[in-house]
Amino acid sequence: MAIKNKKLNLKDKYQYLTRDMAWEPTYQKKEDIYPDERFEGIKITDWSQWEDPFRLTMDAYWKYQAEKEKKLYAIFDAFAQNNGHQNISDARYVNSLKLFLSGVSPLEYAAFQGYARVGRQFSGAGARVACQMQAIDELRHSQTQQHAMSHYNKHFNGLHDAAHQHDRIWFLSVPKSFFDDARSAGPFEFLTAISFSFEYVLTNLLFVPFMSGAAYNGDMATVTFGFSAQSDEARHMTLGLEVIKFILEQHEDNVPIIQRWIDKWFWRGFRLLSLVGMMMDYMLPNKVMSWAEAWEVYYEQNGGALFKDLERYGIRPPKYQDVANAAKNHVSHQAWSTFYQYSQATNFHTWMPEEEEMAWLSEKYPETFDKYYRARFEHWDKEHKEGRRFYNNTLPQLCQVCQIPVIFTEKDDPTVFSHRQIKHEGERYHFCSDGCCDIFKNEPEKYIQAWLPVHQIYQGNCGGADVATVVEKYYHINPGVDNMEYHGSPDHQRWLDIKGLKPLKSNSEKKSAA
Amino acid sequence: MSQKVFIAFQDNDNARYLVDAVMQDNPEAEVQYQPAMIRIEAEKRLVINRETMEETLGREWDVQEMLIDVISIGGNVDEDDDHFILQWN
Repeated sequence: MAIKNKKLNLKDKYQYLTRDMAWEPTYQKKEDIYPDERFEGIKITDWSQWEDPFRLTMDAYWKYQAEKEKKLYAIFDAFAQNNGHQNISDARYVNSLKLFLSGVSPLEYAAFQGYARVGRQFSGAGARVACQMQAIDELRHSQTQQHAMSHYNKHFNGLHDAAHQHDRIWFLSVPKSFFDDARSAGPFEFLTAISFSFEYVLTNLLFVPFMSGAAYNGDMATVTFGFSAQSDEARHMTLGLEVIKFILEQHEDNVPIIQRWIDKWFWRGFRLLSLVGMMMDYMLPNKVMSWAEAWEVYYEQNGGALFKDLERYGIRPPKYQDVANAAKNHVSHQAWSTFYQYSQATNFHTWMPEEEEMAWLSEKYPETFDKYYRARFEHWDKEHKEGRRFYNNTLPQLCQVCQIPVIFTEKDDPTVFSHRQIKHEGERYHFCSDGCCDIFKNEPEKYIQAWLPVHQIYQGNCGGADVATVVEKYYHINPGVDNMEYHGSPDHQRWLDIKGLKPLKSNSEKKSAA
Repeated sequence: MSQKVFIAFQDNDNARYLVDAVMQDNPEAEVQYQPAMIRIEAEKRLVINRETMEETLGREWDVQEMLIDVISIGGNVDEDDDHFILQWN
């Protein structure tokens, strides 16, 4: 106990190891050292008001992170040594990992770069330390995810070139452009976008159901990296909320700027999460909860409590929140329909739900599934069984902002596509929604530069003049092996072999079933 | 409108003690068991006390140790050497 009394308390230790490590510059002006701190119009009068509720210092950070890593890698080893991939619920599940590895893991790396950059931009020492730790966390997430999934890459197709694919495949421009938009903004917008809107408001919808889903589908490696990463997220989320409160308390002129960023980044995040919705409702063979249920708990309930708390600063819930809430009963079905049709150009397989899965969807979506989606799915299923698996060969119109094909429907009429267009300097631009159209109108000079995959293919910038060439040569998708229908694919065949307990002669044989 | 704070832990051995301690100090809280995770929610406020945790565990416990097992939180955080509090104002 004597030793314990000598220890600094948390508040003093934090003070000594963060604020007291900083210094006032004498031979350079502060404005020259932190040149990006003012151009967004955010006014900071007193950086010392910055609070870090976790009061984490570097020595404690290394200690706890090292412990997390030791636990995590012990499990990866056990998973690999025990052929953990043979114990998952069904090989269809692996397709959600392909989506994750190419769609989400590169975002972790982008977040690392983003926090490393903005951590340099703030003149407040507390903010710099918090951003530095988060940058290291994000790099760790990117690495541990790749390590966890490298085991699956030994046994299943489509996981071989995720970083290359992230920069090229049409639908991966949706997550990529989201982070590129945030990283090319100023430092305060980046924190509002990623720390607050994404980490605090929406990230629970990505990680918690996904990882609980992994556990429910027997994927020990993924649930472990997921929850290990999530233990860092709890810190990031706290940072996100503190950032917003700090900026709002600094100056009343900051309120309208922050409100516009919250509106923008809520909408962009909501659109991005369509991919997670379809993963939860369609790609997990054992389902934890429906996308609509997850949205109700993690956005409507938790987000509602949050925005009620922020009312005292003059912040209202995000614009078009009503549209997003109404869409919870539609987005997953509309997204899966699209991926099913365009599966010749995806780095994973798609399929139609089995009979009991359709029944689950009817039960979870009593107002919408049978009425609007079941007949279409049964038709496609029948076509497939009769040897006419449907693939759509017309490239879709993309939204200029979120880059998702214009596939979502009007709030008040799910039989009508939501499509907006405006003319800007003589050119016509297309959008999926009022939310995305508003974002464009606020910063047209940013979004006219968007790299839209469909436009790029038609302009001849993607390695070939037809989809098959683009998919194989430019995307590095192995046709008929990595993509298209799941049933009859090499992955499917291999899974049947595993479940039939047929011994495999060697690892080198694993992918040659085609 | 109800304003719930929440904390989610990995469903592991450490978390059993955390859940025990949280329930002792927050008897009105609700514990939800989901695959691989335990989620605890409460109206407006939830507290984890170091003292209760040390009694439950039978050893010294640093509040920051919970960083290893936490998955997610909702609410304003207030942490010092003796407690971890989540609350909405």
